[in-house]
Amino acid sequence: MRDTVMESAQDCIASILTARSLGFAAGGQVLLQGIDVDIAKGKRTLIMGANGAGKSLFLRLLHGLLPPSFGTVRWHGERPAKRAQAMVFQRPVMLRRSVIANLRFALRVQGLGWRAREAGAREALEMAHLTEKARQPARLLSGGEQQRLAVARALVCDPEILFLDEPTSSLDPASTQMIEDLVNAAHARGVTVVMVTHDQGQARRMGDSVIFLHAGRLAEEGPRDQVLDAPRSEAARAWMAGRLYTRNDF
Amino acid sequence: MAEAFGLILRWDRELSVIVMLSLQVTLSAVALACLIGLPLGALVGAFRFPGRGVITVLLNALMGLPPVVVGLFVYLMLSAAGPLGVLGLLYTPTAMIIAQTILVTPIIAALTKQVVEDLHGEYAEQFASFGVTARTRVAALLWDARYSLLTVALAGFGRAVAEVGAVLIVGGNINHVTRVMTTTIALETSKGNLQLALALGVLLLGLAVVVNAGVMALRVSAVRAAYA
Repeated sequence: MRDTVMESAQDCIASILTARSLGFAAGGQVLLQGIDVDIAKGKRTLIMGANGAGKSLFLRLLHGLLPPSFGTVRWHGERPAKRAQAMVFQRPVMLRRSVIANLRFALRVQGLGWRAREAGAREALEMAHLTEKARQPARLLSGGEQQRLAVARALVCDPEILFLDEPTSSLDPASTQMIEDLVNAAHARGVTVVMVTHDQGQARRMGDSVIFLHAGRLAEEGPRDQVLDAPRSEAARAWMAGRLYTRNDF
Repeated sequence: MAEAFGLILRWDRELSVIVMLSLQVTLSAVALACLIGLPLGALVGAFRFPGRGVITVLLNALMGLPPVVVGLFVYLMLSAAGPLGVLGLLYTPTAMIIAQTILVTPIIAALTKQVVEDLHGEYAEQFASFGVTARTRVAALLWDARYSLLTVALAGFGRAVAEVGAVLIVGGNINHVTRVMTTTIALETSKGNLQLALALGVLLLGLAVVVNAGVMALRVSAVRAAYA
């Protein structure tokens, strides 16, 4: 009994974010329901599943962009904090400004003074290998450069958790590598990473644990190797085997 | 026609007084309308709140305000018997600026609302993710839409500079005091003095073309820089 209590307490300490009975409904349709997961602090959790499984919706609920219709999301047991997290979207949203002005904006929102903003922006430019393009309009960058800027802009917010919604889905391998390097470097500094991906290769390279969704429900979750190599759910087995299936098949 | 161009080329003193007063009144009214209309339009465009639909309908409806009605309203307010009569503003350029500001503000606000709403559609999730405050959100949207908003200001300028009814009622078309290009054209045409009327008409057109060309050049440079 005592051991069970101890384990439970350790789980609580190790979890930075917990979702309980999480669900979302819109237009009279339940799009996500009954999700119970713990996001481990300092780890890289990947969210996988077919199109329409509810991955991006789940990520938005975790980040607090959408209020849940059912259940709760708790941050260290509390409501999600506003500024200790950041998100990178599938299609990066570039402000109509220069590259460096995009970074300065994110830093200004954090309430930093001019000197700190300049220093932070320069550091982020170097980290994203965009120093040469500092003065260029952000919208003129290539897709890969825009996504690098989006990741760097998210990281200057000094987040405890970094959410990424398929950040490399339309990028070539070289650009994907650069994004993964940025994310891994952030993870090495202690940032918790929660990322949606379709890519099994990426999941193997980057995932510590995997959450697999199917038709708006949690199909399974667990350590990366377990979910990728020995999936228990039919949906995850079909996905990993590369079989074609629809949301109504399982 | 030749005499009209002669008046322009000689830059007749009377002509210059009229042109300068027109510019003073119009630019002041547009500046005031921008001060009110830009933030108002941005607030309506960027936020959802009860009554937003009503404000939007009202702003759109007021874009077509009849100038003579505005002139009459301002006249009643500023006349000796009106609530603001004590200020003694009737038949002054200030009264004309007030009337034109009332005419132009809904245009600036309604068009700004549309521009900001479109841009906010792109930015909304990112702003929510950053956790930006309402003030920062409005400021950022106005700044990032600045080149589109130049066109909005231009639409307001076009409305104000070509307006005759309201300024005639509240200004009185007093020579060297409240006589502007449009009221002079109306007066001189009725008197049969077509040279001055034509000269002012040409100048009015020229002014509109120059201002439009200036804004267009600015927009083109902005598009080249991919900011627009």
